[in-house]
Amino acid sequence: MTDLTVGDIIAEKTYHLTRDSLVRYAGASGDFNAIHYRDDIAQGVGLPGVLAHGMLTMGVAVQPVVEWLGDRGSVVDYQVRFTRPVSVDATEGADITVVAKVGVVDDAGARIDLTVTFDGATVLGKSQVRVSLAGA
Amino acid sequence: MNPELQGRVFPPTAPYLVGREKVREFARAVFSTSPLNFDVEAATAAGYNDVVAPPTFAVVVQESTLAQLLSEPDAGIDFTRVVHGDQRFSYTRPIVAGDELTATLTVASVKSLGGHSMVTAESSIVDSTGAHVVTATSTLVVRGDE
Repeated sequence: MTDLTVGDIIAEKTYHLTRDSLVRYAGASGDFNAIHYRDDIAQGVGLPGVLAHGMLTMGVAVQPVVEWLGDRGSVVDYQVRFTRPVSVDATEGADITVVAKVGVVDDAGARIDLTVTFDGATVLGKSQVRVSLAGA
Repeated sequence: MNPELQGRVFPPTAPYLVGREKVREFARAVFSTSPLNFDVEAATAAGYNDVVAPPTFAVVVQESTLAQLLSEPDAGIDFTRVVHGDQRFSYTRPIVAGDELTATLTVASVKSLGGHSMVTAESSIVDSTGAHVVTATSTLVVRGDE
């Protein structure tokens, strides 16, 4: 753990979201906003179609860090800015790619910076995860 | 939006009991593969009382506080124009199954920016002993007339 270096990529992973993923997240989270499962309602408010819940993207994006941490520490702070929506096509779905890089290493642990992209563009800004590390 | 909302503190929400299967359901929904989220033995071996919730699970408890804010009669927030701008979770400790959590929302700031309004809502979430677990902070952008 102590050999972490700023700039190191600790994880890189792609997640395939489908409409099924959105329905599952709606049920798990209690967010039943219809723009996340009905194209007609999404288009009625000027969107191209069904979007992923921002909180689903946020929740998925931190998972590579959680996996990397294991039981050696925990997430103590996690923040994102929602900069671009993720459209989830009914047949194609949507691939979200997460790159997790060490931003800061200090006595408390580390800050991991996430780059989260969909369709070649960043969808979360200022996406930072503070982790505590046992023995750091 | 009503600028006098700034500083307003809402009543605490009814206690939310974190269920083990709810944690597992949420963990599956965010594509978690962490044994701490699913396996009681793995969680207790790591020093927790039960399965550990994923980092964004706190939104489930926070949600009822945002509902309080959006339905506040004098808030002047048009729900159909609300866009989620920023989100943050600051943890004192992870949420685990069995926790009984209560959330209290404070309106940290209300700002206007080029026809849009932005409200930052901080929900402090405590356990049944009153000890702080996590603060969930949302910035909501209310779009102005097009």
